[in-house]
Amino acid sequence: MLIKELTQVPGIAGREGQVRKFIKEQLSSEPLDLSLDSMGNMYARHTVGETPLVMLASHMDEVGFMVMGFDPSGLLKFAPVGGIDLRVVVGKKVHVGEEKALGIVGAKPIHLQKPRERNKPFSRQELFIDIGASSEEEAKRKVKIGDQITFATKTEFISERVMKGKAFDDRAGCTAIIEILKSKPPVNLCGAFTVQEEVGLRGAGVAAHNVKPNLAIVLEGTTASDVPETPEHRYSTSMGHGPAITLMDRSFLANQNLNQRVIELAEKQGIKYQMRRTNIGGTDAGRIHLVEEGIPTIGLSLPCRYIHSPVSLLNIDDLKNMIDLVKAILKDIAEGGFPLGKTY
Amino acid sequence: MEKLIKKLTETYGPSGREDKIREVIKTEVEGLADEIRTDYLGNLIVLKKGSASEDTKPIMLAAHMDEIGLMITHVDKEGFLRFTNVGGVAPSRLVGTRVVLPSGQKGHVFHEPLKDLKELDLEKMYIDIGAKDQEEAKKHVTIGDIAVYDQNLVNLGNRLMAKAMDDRIGCAVLIMALQEMKNNPNDVYFVFTSQEEVGLRGARTSAYGLNPGLGIAVDVTMTGDTPEAKKMDVKLGGGAAIKVKDSSMITSPLVKDKMVEIAEKENIKYQLEVLSRGGTDAGAINLTREGILAGCISIPCRYVHSPGEMVDSGDVEAAVKLLVKIIEEKVEF
Amino acid sequence: MDLKQFLANLSNAPGISGLEREVSEKIVSAWQELADEVNVDTLGNVIAWKKGKDSKQPPIMVAAHQDEIGFLVSEIDKEGFIRLEPIGGIDPRLLPGQEVVIWGKERVIGIVGARPPHLQKPEEKEKAIPLDKIFVDCGEKKEKLQKKIKVGDPVTFNQELEWFNENICTGKSLDDRAGVAALHQALIELKDLKPEFDVAFVATVQEEVGIRGAITSSFAIKPGIGIAVDVGFAQRPGQEKEHSIEANKGPALGIGPHVHPDILARLQKISGENDIPTQFEPSPHPGGTDAYAIQMSRNGVATALLSIPLANMHSPLEVIDIRDVRRTGKLIAQFCIQADVELVEGLTCL
Repeated sequence: MLIKELTQVPGIAGREGQVRKFIKEQLSSEPLDLSLDSMGNMYARHTVGETPLVMLASHMDEVGFMVMGFDPSGLLKFAPVGGIDLRVVVGKKVHVGEEKALGIVGAKPIHLQKPRERNKPFSRQELFIDIGASSEEEAKRKVKIGDQITFATKTEFISERVMKGKAFDDRAGCTAIIEILKSKPPVNLCGAFTVQEEVGLRGAGVAAHNVKPNLAIVLEGTTASDVPETPEHRYSTSMGHGPAITLMDRSFLANQNLNQRVIELAEKQGIKYQMRRTNIGGTDAGRIHLVEEGIPTIGLSLPCRYIHSPVSLLNIDDLKNMIDLVKAILKDIAEGGFPLGKTY
Repeated sequence: MEKLIKKLTETYGPSGREDKIREVIKTEVEGLADEIRTDYLGNLIVLKKGSASEDTKPIMLAAHMDEIGLMITHVDKEGFLRFTNVGGVAPSRLVGTRVVLPSGQKGHVFHEPLKDLKELDLEKMYIDIGAKDQEEAKKHVTIGDIAVYDQNLVNLGNRLMAKAMDDRIGCAVLIMALQEMKNNPNDVYFVFTSQEEVGLRGARTSAYGLNPGLGIAVDVTMTGDTPEAKKMDVKLGGGAAIKVKDSSMITSPLVKDKMVEIAEKENIKYQLEVLSRGGTDAGAINLTREGILAGCISIPCRYVHSPGEMVDSGDVEAAVKLLVKIIEEKVEF
Repeated sequence: MDLKQFLANLSNAPGISGLEREVSEKIVSAWQELADEVNVDTLGNVIAWKKGKDSKQPPIMVAAHQDEIGFLVSEIDKEGFIRLEPIGGIDPRLLPGQEVVIWGKERVIGIVGARPPHLQKPEEKEKAIPLDKIFVDCGEKKEKLQKKIKVGDPVTFNQELEWFNENICTGKSLDDRAGVAALHQALIELKDLKPEFDVAFVATVQEEVGIRGAITSSFAIKPGIGIAVDVGFAQRPGQEKEHSIEANKGPALGIGPHVHPDILARLQKISGENDIPTQFEPSPHPGGTDAYAIQMSRNGVATALLSIPLANMHSPLEVIDIRDVRRTGKLIAQFCIQADVELVEGLTCL
């Protein structure tokens, strides 16, 4: 299953090579024009004729870590690449390097800690990764400085509709783009698989420069906090309630005229949707919409519980609904119903 | 002047939802301009053609139309509204204020009971619009609506107090300059920008499109003249403030010195402004394309981002005069 | 002009972010003798061009920032004491007991007063003095002082470059004038040679307040490859090993999202072939150098970062080893000579 395989490919910010290779293989038998820019963003262009150009953007990079150095004992020192709460890292399995060597995140055992210590989270200096090496030289034979480290979570269904896994943010978006490209949409489409979103939304603006679309739709993964210990007004999105339409995040205020049409299409076609109800986080939409004189942009996100941690949850129906909603938008553009010219 | 400022500050227009204020400004400038258009981000771009514009680049003036606000994210079962901030909204400034929704419904902003005021946080606050339950509340509000301060302008003598002086006062200065200017060698674009409060966004795209040779923003700045205020050499009544630096820009000495020169030549009261935190559209214009010379005329303002922002009429008049004199100089690049 | 002299001239000159003119004038005059063309752009970036054998390829851009951290005069109080507004990141703990220079109509020396220990309560001595309690004493009353300086004037540390020995020196603004000196060294090495492609050597401005000069200069230059030269943390006690690099071991090659693997590989190859010692500097979330700005310019640029080991960063007494500066310059020069179409085409080869 595409999303299963795609989430298992390791690819942190700046190290998206294997993800690119996998996506390229998925698309190689399609009549698409594939290209790459100097940052590593990959583009898949589908051309039909004289229609507006739509760019679908999802980022290939996942949150993870980087090998920073070696302890003489053979343990690795590491640092997060992207936003990760260090409290969730302890006691987890990871994969190190392009070959996915096994590693574990260890820390001082509870027996050796004073009671006071246990109330404080582990600091970065106290954490290390063990790859089973007994010395620095032995470790250096397997691993080098700068190697990427990703969570070793296996993606699979845990109930009929819900999957557990890692990197749904944003391989789920990449999956959606691949499916939509394969469905041969009725408008000119460029699938932009962007890089380095997790370390500052870096690839997206560059992608928008390269593509200069008439409309950009960002397909992202977002927080779903519909869990205990969170009051209802702080859920942001709820799992299983459909793709979330962005109203506002730290980087982007959506154009209500565009959102309005998306809502109309969703309701007309009976596609489940919700609004993304918090301000937090930035997405590629932030970079894209301000390129040159401004690019009309829509943000759609998939609710992921426990995002940016070793294991997240995704409802597969939310992904299907997001794909259907995007297809509805593309069809609307082809039929001339979509308000592309409308300003804020 | 008061009538214009009253009309501008009392109009609804938070970031991203500037249509109403844009229409109000349009009616003020119609008949005075050679060209008026709106770009994708919602910036209102007003052109006054220059008398000697062929051999030189245009000047871009910028004042932002948008005000800060509260975006409604949730309507609970009892009819209370939860919100998040649009632009820089400090929780302490909100407590006990009155706000108004796009539907016209008004509400009171308050907070859940707290053991310690230090816990005050937007997430512990809500708006009460007097609805008895969720169903009634939903007649007045949709998720995504943005509420703004509800406050009328008050004339305190030499000083005016209103909500959204930031930056409707800047818009007023631009409009008054457009009314008072006699001639301009360069083409001058009066840009009423959008989405400044959320990151100088309208200025970024409009400057890219216009590619001017010089950009001057007119915005508010803080003052150091209230009890125990952070040390700052700007005060109400000290004249138009010529910006030396803020977090978005360090004004090029070429621009700053020229502005000071003009102020001194024309006997316009001015003061020099060094601001620790805060940015303006000038910062965005400055870094556009290959870099653009930029400066900022600031209107000293007390209580920025509260419902009672206060400016001095003399400072505003000085700012208009300075802006007109800058426009009337031929700027060579 | 020789490297040590160039570095001293720059280090001793005042040039805080946004007000770099005195420094850029010195760079322009030194580089006019070494480059084909030297310009200063709207923000003040100094751009020196070396024409290449193949001008059809996009140029290479090499950047180091000329601005230093410092202050602006934010207020002159009624007694003639000055308050400071920081420009760039400064640790206020460095200030008490420092001498500064205020560059107004006249050059005025001021001291940041430190309260004598006898007059302090025991609890005070435990806490660092915050910036808003710091003031500068110029030994003059306001009326006279105002004739010499005004609000908005730049303030730098009063410091002259000094050498411990033949190789190691200490002074202010070596972050990143040591980098600019490395560019100078590269220009010296390229003096009678033609690099493969056009190269723009850029002494950028306003890096310390948001990499601003790099944003606008890279937009103008449209490079295909960008190399930023900045400084890295030389190992000192209390610093984690994995975040430090070592002095006299050559420039550190950056590793991370800000570095294109092909450019890194080429730099490694060149340093190996030319016996230039190098080390690595992994950086998981690097936003603090010109490389960040150049990489995201327009359609994207393949970038790399070279870091010169420097101790006591952002203090008036930074320390570097000139040998590391020379090695960095040599590496840059060789990169420019050995760049080839194969490298460029490989960058966008899917």
